[in-house]
Amino acid sequence: MCACLPGAREYRRSVRKNQALNDHFHWFLDFLHHVHGITEMFGRSLVLSFIKPFYLRDTIEQMYHIGVKSLSIVLMTSIFTGLVLALQFGHEMSVYGAKMYTSSVLIVSLVRELGPVIISLVVAGRVGAGITAELGSMAVTEQIDAMRALGTNPYKKLAATRFLALSIMLPLLVAIGDFCGMLGGWIVSVTTLGISTDYYWSNAIHYLFFSDIFAGLLKPFIFAMAIASISCYHGFSVTGGTKGVGEATTRSVVVSSILIFILDFLITKVTLGAV
Amino acid sequence: MENYKIIFQDIYKSFGDKAVLQGLNLSIRRGETLVILGRSGCGKSVSLKILLGLLYPDRGKVYLDGEEITGMSEKKLVEVRKKIGMLFQGSALFDSLTVGENVAFALAEHSNRTADEIAEIVDNNLKFVEMEGTVNLMPSELSGGMKKRVALARAMAYQPEILLYDEPTTGLDPITATTINALIRKTQREYGVTSIVVTHELDSGFSVADRAAVMESGRILEIGTIAEIKGSTNEFVRTFIAGAK
Ligand SMILES: Nc1ncnc2c1ncn2[C@@H]1O[C@H](COP(=O)(O)OP(=O)(O)OP(=O)(O)O)[C@@H](O)[C@H]1O
Ligand SMILES: [Mg+2]
Repeated sequence: MCACLPGAREYRRSVRKNQALNDHFHWFLDFLHHVHGITEMFGRSLVLSFIKPFYLRDTIEQMYHIGVKSLSIVLMTSIFTGLVLALQFGHEMSVYGAKMYTSSVLIVSLVRELGPVIISLVVAGRVGAGITAELGSMAVTEQIDAMRALGTNPYKKLAATRFLALSIMLPLLVAIGDFCGMLGGWIVSVTTLGISTDYYWSNAIHYLFFSDIFAGLLKPFIFAMAIASISCYHGFSVTGGTKGVGEATTRSVVVSSILIFILDFLITKVTLGAV
Repeated sequence: MENYKIIFQDIYKSFGDKAVLQGLNLSIRRGETLVILGRSGCGKSVSLKILLGLLYPDRGKVYLDGEEITGMSEKKLVEVRKKIGMLFQGSALFDSLTVGENVAFALAEHSNRTADEIAEIVDNNLKFVEMEGTVNLMPSELSGGMKKRVALARAMAYQPEILLYDEPTTGLDPITATTINALIRKTQREYGVTSIVVTHELDSGFSVADRAAVMESGRILEIGTIAEIKGSTNEFVRTFIAGAK
């Protein structure tokens, strides 16, 4: 154990010597530090989700907080997304005389792309921020220490339950949101585009393939794991009192949002090639 | 070694460049109440957290019942933590749970007791700290002194062999502080636990303890009976005692 100390001192000296270099690259080191922390949180949550005790009650409670309480905002955003998209597509496509195909374009873009991304962003803002703020205030008021002192693993009781609940609920929310988006599109199609209800739905279903549904539900599942890992990591690592909680919450939402776009690109690339 | 319940051996701990503990040596006898006195920021809370395995020392060893606990895995530490109850500086009650659920926490997590048995223990513990009838209140509805008492009931629920009190009376009015001190003595008397009380309030500390230790800059400057500490010739200890008066 003592052998590592001179090493540490050496390290500190070299850090000081390279202060200029260090100042320049400290954002990069910070970045690596956070990537490491988030990855670690992801691994922990994933493994702990399969190890006893299972905290069924806590998980169900979280599913309620995450899923049921997000329903109204998910409904609102997805209906309006459907309304706007149908207007835009209908307008553009009527130029080419293809406005009958509005619903087929709409359903594919909603299910594959816009549903998962928009709803995940909304949930990252609502739920992710909530998780970071809650765990963060528990950290600064020593509640997480107290939990460990009482012999309970907070990564299991707090992080893994949220991880599991979010991974189950986000794909469900997206499925509901996709349907509401299609409802929005239907309203516009019938009222302003002059497409019949029958044609709207049959055309939509005709052009919806299993691969679309698969990609469209895989995305929110992966986004959910990312949002949970990021928001739990930021919550657990809050220091510096209530001000720290606010900063961590903001950072958690920003990082989740960016990662959603990056992952979306990667998953699209992989699933378009494969299926 | 046998007489000692807890031994801190040459503990060093830094946060970044900030050295907090710098060669902490301290032994606590079985069944005694030891008070650690020291200025704000000298490393008292950090020492308690190291004993619980919540923080890891950079160097040095901690023994509990002759067994080294530094470097133990989280899993083995759980067994160690079941022997220790801690009253945190800010009480640290879970604010999403009721008073009753807070006190029941460890029992519900680790024991196979039925809900009725747990409820009975919770009632008894709340009665012990003179907080009966508060089972269904939320922590946000309690005053600072009430929170400390509930936190004590929670720490005692698993019948620990060791109780750690981090600033149990700081920020309380003198009367409430006296009742908390009386509780600490009562716990000691009725359960025969080994206790460490951390404080920077001299009178409180002296009134509950068998022995006292004065800490400064992450080291123990002086340890002894209360009379010995009061008659110390150490410069810092004398100024500390004089300053606190
Ligand atoms: N997790 C942490 N990260 C960084 N620094 C810390 C951490 N915990 C404690 N410190 C620092 O260590 C020093 C000692 O802290 P500690 O809480 O042990 O003081 P204390 O003796 O309990 O003081 P007080 O009487 O005010 O509670 C402080 O300067 C504090 O800033
Ligand atoms: Mg302290």
